Amino acid sequence: MDSKIAEIEKSLIILKEHPNFKSGDTITVFYKIKEGEKERIQFFKGDVIQRKGSGLTETFTIRKMSNGVGVERVFPVNSPTIEKIEVNKLGRVRRARIFYMRQRTGKSARIKQKRN
Amino acid sequence: MAGIIGKKIGMSSFFDQDGKSIPCTMIEAGPCIVTQIKNIEKDGYSAIQLGFEDKNLKKLKKSEIGHVKNASCQPLKTYSEFKNNYTRTNDEGTSEQFEPNVGDIVGVDMFNEGEFVDVTSTSKGKGFQGVVKRHGFAGVGDATHGQHNRMRAPGSIGAASYPARVFKGMRMAGRMGGEKVKIKNLKVLKILKEKNVIILKGAVPGHNNTYVNITN
Repeated sequence: MDSKIAEIEKSLIILKEHPNFKSGDTITVFYKIKEGEKERIQFFKGDVIQRKGSGLTETFTIRKMSNGVGVERVFPVNSPTIEKIEVNKLGRVRRARIFYMRQRTGKSARIKQKRN
Repeated sequence: MAGIIGKKIGMSSFFDQDGKSIPCTMIEAGPCIVTQIKNIEKDGYSAIQLGFEDKNLKKLKKSEIGHVKNASCQPLKTYSEFKNNYTRTNDEGTSEQFEPNVGDIVGVDMFNEGEFVDVTSTSKGKGFQGVVKRHGFAGVGDATHGQHNRMRAPGSIGAASYPARVFKGMRMAGRMGGEKVKIKNLKVLKILKEKNVIILKGAVPGHNNTYVNITN
């Protein structure tokens, strides 16, 4: 049954090709916003804390600290409003969903960087 | 009230022109075959009967073969009646009225994108449920103040020696779901004619693979 949905989804939208990223990585999402008639591009930079779902419904959540307040945003991976995604840092984490970052501030809120 | 029979495939998301993600249900609708036309003289009412999905030839009864003899098609898995008021898209791409005859095929092209449709199907069975889930009772708000195990109890079901009985229709616990439900005014987001798929905004009652009737 799932394959049937996937087949229909394929015909609805061309799935976007974004760089690979997973939780722990720091990425910048450039997305279009509409202000009345005008359209401009804004970006949101933060740590990926989860990727969820599959196919057309797949989403990812990124978290950043803005003036000491944690801000999270959920984006659908295949949203047409996403212009591009830049991967800034590759993080090394042991969980697929790093919700423990919500409780951490300051020094403990750092994510180890992957070296290659 | 013309309609079509479909099969729920499942839910997904749909992006509109503004890039908004809309929850949607995908339904494999049609092609349905007109198997019988009911008229006032003979049946007392006017309707057309549609059939959907070929049935396994090994599982047939003779009466089923006889039923589709006039339509000259294979016996079908499910049949449903609709009022006779059909349109279809002709070769030029415009919709036109048409009177179906036995053996005709009705497809998803009877609907247009942006139109609002009603969907009727059998909801998911929930089993024996209490009043909180079944009828939306509030339950007891507090866990303390003398409450022991009464948090989801219905409370009083009536008065005392007058009327000395419980009124008919008192809402109580019992079997929930598995009944016919109609959801009205679901927007048609997209029609994929070559795949026989219709995509509706929002949820549709029933589990995946359930048969649904879509009417306009």
